[in-house]
Amino acid sequence: MNRINQKLNEDKKLLSIYFTAGYPNLNDTLTIIENLEKSGVDMIEIGLPFSDPLADGPTIQASSTEALKNGMTTEVLFKQLKDVRKTVSIPLIIMGYFNPMLQYGVEAFCKKCQEIGIDGLIIPDLPVDVYNEQYKSTFEKYGLINVFLITPQTSKERIKFIDSISNGFIYMVSSASVTGSSKGFGDTQTNYFKRIADMQLNNPQIVGFGINNNDTFTQATTYAKGAIIGSAFIKHLSNNGVNKIEDFISSVRK
Amino acid sequence: MNYNINEKGYYGDFGGAFIPEMLYPNVEELRQNYLNIMAEPSFKAEFDQLLKDYVGRPSPLYFAKRLSEKYNTKIYLKREDLNHTGAHKINNTIGQILMAKRLGKNRIIAETGAGQHGVATATVCALMGIECIVYMGEIDIARQAPNVARMKMLGATVIPATSGSKTLKDATNEAIRDWINNPVDTHYIIGSVVGPHPYPDMVAKFQAVVSEEIKFQLKDKEGTENPDYVIACVGGGSNAAGAYYHYLNNENVKLIAVEAAGLGVDSGESAATSVLGKEGIIHGSKTLLMQTNDGQITEPYSISAGLDYPGVGPMHAHLYKTGRAEFISITDDQAMQAGLELCKLEGIIPAIETSHALGVFEQKTFKPNDIVVVSLSGRGDKDLQNYIDYFKI
Ligand SMILES: Cc1ncc(COP(=O)(O)O)c(C=O)c1O
Repeated sequence: MNRINQKLNEDKKLLSIYFTAGYPNLNDTLTIIENLEKSGVDMIEIGLPFSDPLADGPTIQASSTEALKNGMTTEVLFKQLKDVRKTVSIPLIIMGYFNPMLQYGVEAFCKKCQEIGIDGLIIPDLPVDVYNEQYKSTFEKYGLINVFLITPQTSKERIKFIDSISNGFIYMVSSASVTGSSKGFGDTQTNYFKRIADMQLNNPQIVGFGINNNDTFTQATTYAKGAIIGSAFIKHLSNNGVNKIEDFISSVRK
Repeated sequence: MNYNINEKGYYGDFGGAFIPEMLYPNVEELRQNYLNIMAEPSFKAEFDQLLKDYVGRPSPLYFAKRLSEKYNTKIYLKREDLNHTGAHKINNTIGQILMAKRLGKNRIIAETGAGQHGVATATVCALMGIECIVYMGEIDIARQAPNVARMKMLGATVIPATSGSKTLKDATNEAIRDWINNPVDTHYIIGSVVGPHPYPDMVAKFQAVVSEEIKFQLKDKEGTENPDYVIACVGGGSNAAGAYYHYLNNENVKLIAVEAAGLGVDSGESAATSVLGKEGIIHGSKTLLMQTNDGQITEPYSISAGLDYPGVGPMHAHLYKTGRAEFISITDDQAMQAGLELCKLEGIIPAIETSHALGVFEQKTFKPNDIVVVSLSGRGDKDLQNYIDYFKI
């Protein structure tokens, strides 16, 4: 069974962390992953930086620009992750935009992911229908779970369709917003979380975008299986480097 | 061969809608409605009326006698420079503002490079009394100050794009992010035949009025609707798409697309996407774009801010790949000389974008009887400072 599915079967609320590979320093990738696992994080999204990250706010944009300046490439990331499974056992997901994968070759990319022990991919700008028609069989051949997003604007029928073609979890975008908003969650979000929970979907949901502390983590996981923190963690890395990761995680989990 | 878009939103291998799920409802709403709305008689009537009374269409098709003598061929200029706001861009913004109104949107966002599309958008928003926000790269704001002032006078809010390379591609990213953040009340008026389907097709259809007019104007002057050549510069590709549109499937009419070579295609400072680009995805569209081997989008260079885009629209990627259009690259220097030549021979100061299209006459020989139509996409007022600096006037 894929590590993601195993993790989703555990009887607990999951904390997943996103970080941009190559930031703050080119070779921090492995240290960050290992420290995250030691701190009790359940799942990690490794961001493959892109020059034009459309769905991201200023924090992730800036970390991506910096990571590219530091020399991060698809090839470099795969090299850094070559032996990651010797020390890390939690699910690892690569999150990135489609163009760098397309240039690497989608099949070659998936194959490499399997060799390394990557469990899934999140590609915000790979549309559901294109995935279904052109890439599904390749992803499945290499044992990769493709994670789809839903938003407060996604229609009920489309959510059901996305649920029907998912085989891990659904990435529930918390609000109509790019990443990194820190407005907190109000009734609108709570109602949306409830509405989705009431749909009794086959795939559990993990909430992302705008989770930045214990409050928002708790609110999100009241209804959903877990939550993903990205921008807030990157800010922590900018201010504290890679050595105080545990402090950040324990402040979220309490 | 059919060069129009197919029902899935592709021109051959190019196009589609590679967008994050956050944009899906907006883009889908537009996709489901744009053709029906454009077919409504009331929409057509309003669009035609505004193009006539407000924009000043039809724009003249002018026989350039002295330029024709110099190059020993028959050159006609399609005078989009005489449109209100000085370029073809307004054909599209008029269409899209009417579209936005019918979709019930009350907030407009746009991206701009040189500021021409920003001005054309601010203009139609003022005309309709709709809020207008224009994203513009911080660097472009500094080098296109008069257009920034025009947008502000027209009531638009100009927001600097400070991410990435701080130019057109980043302004486009910021506009897309704004749309993600405001999915319900906002319409995004894209300025060229780029972006996710249905934008390339919708913008091409609004610009198609250009070739519709060329047909009857040429019939009147030459007894035929069909020129031998249509020449247009290509940034994203909207003036070219408009000038080609009704000739796409008539292969007797040869199409020439002119890209900005900048300091030279091999200089590292160029915007000649067909030469330097590879297939990939930019701003939601599968097309040709300039990128690193690793798939990172690179920054183009041209003296003309309107041609300074690292991609081309999917229609043009298809015209290139199939060989339907001939692609020619013109350097900064060649364009500037061609622009000055038009001033001296015809008394018309062209936009520097347009000067690239005119640069073709030094590079390619036409027959004396060839009828060559050039899309004179814009006037040079906005570029005066550039011309002054270049020629030390
Ligand atoms: C006068 C003029 N021509 C051409 C262009 C290039 O755009 P497109 O290729 O979409 O026509 C611009 C863009 O700003 C312009 O202002």
